[in-house]
Amino acid sequence: MTAPSSAAPRTRPDRSSAVRPGLSDLVPTMLPRLGDYWATVYRRTWRGSVITSFLMPFLYLTAMGVGLGSFVDKNSASDALGGVTYLAYIAPGLLATTAMQTAIGEATYPVMAGFKWQKFFFSMAATPLRVVDIVAGQIGFVVFRIGLTCAVFIGVLAAYGALDSAAGGVAALLVVILLGLAHATPMVAVTARMKSESGFSLVYRLGILPMVLFSGAFFPVSQLPAVVAWLAYLTPIWHGVELSRSLTLGTVSLWPAMGHLAYLLGLICVGWYFCVTGFAKRLSL
Amino acid sequence: MTSDLPAVHDTADEQPDIPGRPVMITARGLRKSYGTFEAVKGIDVEVRKGEAFGFLGPNGAGKSSTMRMIGAVSPITEGSLEILGMDPATDGSAIRARLGVCPQEDTLDNELSVAENLVVYGRYFGLSRAEASERAAELLSFVQLSEKAKAKVEDLSGGMKRRLTIARSLINNPDLLLLDEPTTGLDPQARHQLWDRLFRLKQQGVTLILTTHYMDEAEQLCDRLVVMDKGVIAAEGSPAELIVEHSTREVLELRFGVGDNESMADKVTDLADRVEVLPDRLLLYTQDGEAASNAVHDRGLNPVSSLVRRATLEDVFLRLTGRTLVD
Repeated sequence: MTAPSSAAPRTRPDRSSAVRPGLSDLVPTMLPRLGDYWATVYRRTWRGSVITSFLMPFLYLTAMGVGLGSFVDKNSASDALGGVTYLAYIAPGLLATTAMQTAIGEATYPVMAGFKWQKFFFSMAATPLRVVDIVAGQIGFVVFRIGLTCAVFIGVLAAYGALDSAAGGVAALLVVILLGLAHATPMVAVTARMKSESGFSLVYRLGILPMVLFSGAFFPVSQLPAVVAWLAYLTPIWHGVELSRSLTLGTVSLWPAMGHLAYLLGLICVGWYFCVTGFAKRLSL
Repeated sequence: MTSDLPAVHDTADEQPDIPGRPVMITARGLRKSYGTFEAVKGIDVEVRKGEAFGFLGPNGAGKSSTMRMIGAVSPITEGSLEILGMDPATDGSAIRARLGVCPQEDTLDNELSVAENLVVYGRYFGLSRAEASERAAELLSFVQLSEKAKAKVEDLSGGMKRRLTIARSLINNPDLLLLDEPTTGLDPQARHQLWDRLFRLKQQGVTLILTTHYMDEAEQLCDRLVVMDKGVIAAEGSPAELIVEHSTREVLELRFGVGDNESMADKVTDLADRVEVLPDRLLLYTQDGEAASNAVHDRGLNPVSSLVRRATLEDVFLRLTGRTLVD
């Protein structure tokens, strides 16, 4: 331990800049210190998450892909779907919407709990951990949940023969993790700024549900009226669906893929920035 | 089973007198505003190594805002603040690494076990899993919770949770322990148990900074304290000094019937240095309470009850602010 120095205290009349992070405040160097906390969180919550994360996608895949799919394929609609089975068509869509829903689920109530009910973010903030480490721990846990859920999902896809190649499956996993992050970071940033959880039901009903239905997961967006289609093109979920579909079907081409990736990465960067500022504001009162 | 705090850096008896010890905290003209509301309106504070320093004041005096600034989580609005020789605006993480913080509201993880709470928290300070576990066992013994190590936090009593929070705040061997209202909401027995643990820490040379609105707590634990009211410091000194400076040695408390206290005050003003009228009683500040009590009875005034006691910090606060601490 070093003895306290006698450096003259500085006067800083304007502290408004304290909430605006510099570049070094955006890199989570102390993240490993949070590993044990999040491991204990997973150990006590994994049972509850098994049904929603693994069973639901499997049921959807079977009902929509196999059940509805056999009906769709029999009526030879596969031209509109690019000549693939309906199962192979919607599987990446379901994968992407699962990633999105897992991300939003982890970015709403559990984050509010850290500020409002269990207040674990405040106990972290009293330690050497910095805001960016705390944010990274939370987001890292979301990545872990999305990754695990989607890896199992892709395994089920492979078993159904709806995967073009193993490499495509791995690439699709990385893409839907990015897609999940593109939803999780803005949502966590919003949650950090919310006083009450009552707004979440609005997010689910007016945000997530329409995005699941009209993102191109179940039918091509081009089938929609032009205005709605353009709205769909603006959502991150559409980019994620398109990209993961091109990967599982093996129809990927460079420039559209780059465009989708850039959109998702851009959203993640913006979301990350506002997560850090939102946490900094809330934890520093 | 040992109940001493393990592995504390220094012991108090090796240290020179307080004024010669290193400065732990210096605040000059410290202010904190939330929007247009000013919670702390320019305070000067200096705390030295090994001191037990208190902020005494009612709810809303600005104590907790001050503590959060000293805890290097809440940026200061104006003035200067130096903690352990560092600036919290730039070295927050390094400062927090050497602080122990016991917040007003328990932020324990209810779903983890008692021991897990300590180990997980120790990891935040960069302790290895083995170090954190070893330290957790020692601290549980110190706060007398060894038998509860495997229990869930939600099953603990309020007093046990507080003791666990104190154990948690000691996981990193802090140079400075911050306690925000450590015994608020606890029953008397739990409070005394907690005071006993804090007293041991103090004896072992840990620098304590605490806020409280209980004058008995401030008298028990603090070497030196400031009386805070409405964001400013009203007085500073040791509990004994403050009482000498702002009160008489004894107080005679007189209770007349409801509504009579005000009118009776006029009839006894000359019997004391000062008379305070409270809704339920009169306080007569005097060097000799017994003599004043006899004089009251000699005048044929018959209070429902009369009591002579030593003056306390409560009287100091009443003198300085015109209000009582807890109401």
